[in-house]
Amino acid sequence: MRPYLREKTSFGFADVPEATCYEAGYLVTKNAGWRSIRPVIDAQRCVGCYQCYLYCPDGVIRIEDGKAVVDLDFCKGCGICQKTCRIGAIEMEAERK
Amino acid sequence: MKQYLSGDEAFAAGIRLARPEVISAYPITPQTIVVERLSDMVEDGSLDAEFIHVESEHSALSCAIGASAAGVRTFTATSSQGLLYMAEGLVYASGGRFPIVMMNANRSTALPWNIYGDQRDSLALLDTGWIQAYAQDAQEALDLALMSYYIAEKEDVSTPFMVNLDGFILTHTYEEVDVPEQADADAFLPRYETENCFDLEHPKNMAFSAGPDTNYIFKYKEHAALLRAVPAIYEAEARFAKIFGRRYTGLIETYRTEDADQILITLGTIAGLSREIADELRAQGKKVGVVRIRYMRPFPTQEIADAVKGAKAVAVLEKDISFGAAGTVFTNVTSALQAAGIGIPAYNFIGGLGGRNISHKDIEQIFALTERGTERVTFIGLEGER
Repeated sequence: MRPYLREKTSFGFADVPEATCYEAGYLVTKNAGWRSIRPVIDAQRCVGCYQCYLYCPDGVIRIEDGKAVVDLDFCKGCGICQKTCRIGAIEMEAERK
Repeated sequence: MKQYLSGDEAFAAGIRLARPEVISAYPITPQTIVVERLSDMVEDGSLDAEFIHVESEHSALSCAIGASAAGVRTFTATSSQGLLYMAEGLVYASGGRFPIVMMNANRSTALPWNIYGDQRDSLALLDTGWIQAYAQDAQEALDLALMSYYIAEKEDVSTPFMVNLDGFILTHTYEEVDVPEQADADAFLPRYETENCFDLEHPKNMAFSAGPDTNYIFKYKEHAALLRAVPAIYEAEARFAKIFGRRYTGLIETYRTEDADQILITLGTIAGLSREIADELRAQGKKVGVVRIRYMRPFPTQEIADAVKGAKAVAVLEKDISFGAAGTVFTNVTSALQAAGIGIPAYNFIGGLGGRNISHKDIEQIFALTERGTERVTFIGLEGER
């Protein structure tokens, strides 16, 4: 399941649970601000083999219509997907502000 | 049924009655007998639990945390350096609010290396968010094994519980112990039910990080939960007395303190000898009494103040020293006195480090020095040797 941002942006005393146990995937902010390079998928070459999906440490890659798609709201730009792609379908490009 | 058991064996018997589903264990003297006995019980089928052998104490507690996060009752035990090696896990267990019960056999810490009893191991870890109880005999140890789960697992407490037994003096001493029937234990201790666990139907994020905005709210809630252990302890003891007929006295136990001029405050097995000497001194006309601290966390701030408010002076005897300051029990006690506006002199006596005997004469001297007045911190029994 792709994570989605909840409307709530801050937690008060009553919202904080007793234990460190809460609904999975409850995201209130994007988290990609420190990325300096971004993966770009060459859809022509991608065969949807799921290697990048399996290795992505942040779980931000999904396969749609047989092609890898990166959720750039949460990708940290580590480049592991590029290194694991055996057919060279992923390039890392510099982020431009 | 009455049985002749050591402190370790009594504790293991209590744990069997509590029916933990996962036990993760690593041996260390003088705790080893507890997990050896539990291993025998799993082997002979009298305890239906997963007994997991691990490669270190750090793993033993990590394993207990994982099992507790799967929603089951868990047990582990350790001592001394093993407890210190678990230190990282202690705060994961308390912060995650996993009601694990652990028995710690109080033993000295290195160096010089030594296997004998003192309380520096657990007292050094008072700030890790665990409930800490100190038993004085094998019966109380067994009863705490049952009560600890009841208290730790109460929904508004949900805090891990460390039961401390003086190494060798209690862990290895044999006494007559009344071992309850399983049916009574089951009536006392309900099955562990929690929402704080993995659930395939309702996926959860567990043991997560929390930034500066919410982190301290979690810490406040942890503190509040540990304070809620106070009513839970009294409730557990009332329920326990009703089912088993044995009564306990909450965070402290007082002995002849009502009209006492000098009161000795201590914890663990040495309270027994202290009471005997109080009786002897009373026979000589000295008005003395003893307070035994049963719980160091939650700390009996009000209970101690109430017990000693009429005294002329108090002594704190402990098998611990916070080097460069005083004994940790002492600083907790003086803080309680200050909070209650009690300005009487308080003296700290350090004894029993590395298992050194605290003698009859030592305790007589503590009462005498407390009556006369002495230094703030005294290593008892070293006067002639320094």
